[in-house]
Amino acid sequence: MSFLVLENLTKAFGGLVAVNKVSLEVKEGEIFGLIGPNGSGKTTIFNLINQYYSVTSGKIYFRGIEITSKKTFEIARLGIGRTFQKVRPLKRLTVEENVMAAAFARETSFEGARKVASEVIDFCNLTEVKYFRAGSLPIAGRKRLEIAKALATRPSLLLLDETAAGLNPSELDEAIEIIKKIRSQLGITIIIVEHIMKVIMNISDRIHAIAFGSTITEGSPKEVAAHPTVIEAYLGTDETLQGGFNA
Amino acid sequence: MKDINLKFFTITKYEQIIILLTIIIPLLFYDSPYMQGLFIFIMMWVVLGSSWNLLAGYTGQVSFGHAAYFGIGAYAAGLPFMHWGISPWWGLLTGGITAVVLGYLLGIVVFKLRGPYFALGTLATAEILRIIFGQEEWLTNGHNGILYVTTWVDKYPYYFIIWAIALATVFSVKALMKSKAGFYFLSIREDEDAAKAIGINTHKYKNISMAVSTFWAGTAGAFYMIYMGFIDPEVVFALHNISIITILVGIIGGVGTIWGPAVGAIIMVLVQELFRSAFFGLAPQWISKVHALVFGLLVIFVILYMAGGVVGDWDLIVKKFRKFRLKKATK
Repeated sequence: MSFLVLENLTKAFGGLVAVNKVSLEVKEGEIFGLIGPNGSGKTTIFNLINQYYSVTSGKIYFRGIEITSKKTFEIARLGIGRTFQKVRPLKRLTVEENVMAAAFARETSFEGARKVASEVIDFCNLTEVKYFRAGSLPIAGRKRLEIAKALATRPSLLLLDETAAGLNPSELDEAIEIIKKIRSQLGITIIIVEHIMKVIMNISDRIHAIAFGSTITEGSPKEVAAHPTVIEAYLGTDETLQGGFNA
Repeated sequence: MKDINLKFFTITKYEQIIILLTIIIPLLFYDSPYMQGLFIFIMMWVVLGSSWNLLAGYTGQVSFGHAAYFGIGAYAAGLPFMHWGISPWWGLLTGGITAVVLGYLLGIVVFKLRGPYFALGTLATAEILRIIFGQEEWLTNGHNGILYVTTWVDKYPYYFIIWAIALATVFSVKALMKSKAGFYFLSIREDEDAAKAIGINTHKYKNISMAVSTFWAGTAGAFYMIYMGFIDPEVVFALHNISIITILVGIIGGVGTIWGPAVGAIIMVLVQELFRSAFFGLAPQWISKVHALVFGLLVIFVILYMAGGVVGDWDLIVKKFRKFRLKKATK
């Protein structure tokens, strides 16, 4: 049984087709990278998986269950956690309260949620700022809080949307460390969207590249990085390059 | 005095002192029905303010139409009396339930709206009810209202009834906010979409918040019917006298704090009464006509200088006061 399957997934906003017949399969336990230039539909795919947007056509299966028409909160309870590219902390709550609110997805008691929250907070290196208001955290902390919130819902699949964007090199290493730990220690499958090649090439087992909403290629990081269409999608063709240099 | 730990919440020693004071102080005014009346109104506003605070302050659904639930509670007590002679006292049970049903039905419409649109939607629902209850005379006796000869002349029984309701309201809010539901309310307030992503059924929890809030508002309405012995749509569904004052009680006391609405209720009733009576007749009569203006100024002041309300910004107020005293001392 496959873990997560997208089948001919399509999303159109009026006439604009943001995601066009994307099919992919994620195996349990892997880190699956999703890359593509700006506006190619990566975040839209995440929004389709957890049903922020309704699917125009195509199907999504999670552990053999079709989740295409389920509600966002039901999907979170089925075990798909996500982070937001544009971080969304619950600003006026403390870090601990943020994570506790997420932990209540599986826990019913106050003490139980608190215990889960404290574990997750330690895991994400947020212990020092546990009692700070989420709104007062710098961007690196907010990105880690996003991960902590998603982890506290005890997911089996985690969607990470540009968790490394806007971080400085040392924060970046910390972020990579945490993502690796999520799989090795917690055994959570990860789909990651990322622009920073250092991150995505370093940690992904397989990478799926898209441009203008359509699949270009899929394969190991090396294969994808060497694929001519991927290079073209990111850097343009030889002609435009030369034109650029000549001008 | 020690904190009392109950299953769902703790009654701190300060809260025990407050509870004791709310028993003792009214008893000191045993020969003044006028003061007892004020205390009753304060308690009624504690109920309304706290119920609004749960929905608006904690869940972020800012209702501008709490009069709808207050009014429907009052009519739930009054209508069976008018039509069938059933005692309005039953309203203390049915008022809240009727308001919950109404809240659920209106919620189907207004919960589709967010932010300012939600506020406008709730404002409209209360106004619609006011007009319907004014026009449909066969059902409600229209603007002639419903009259009921009150059970007791003495005010103490009424005071302790609304006192009990007020305590129940405040502590039900306190207990809720210590539970899973409380965390979910706050999450919805901060970011509804992010709340969905961490597995919160936002629609369900907005309805739970609405149900508890409307239950207490409806109960307060039923109490109003029993206590005043007269209701008409212009009074119980009033936008300015109920809906807006409810919001002011919350804002002045402190939005999103347990005891804020209680403090707000005391301030609002006292300010209103000072101006209505023209400072007990000491000031010129025209003063009594400017109380709406004073409310306006009070709200502007609170929003500009202490957005958290008296309770929410208490630390700030104490700090300012200390500074002021220090300045005075050094001079």
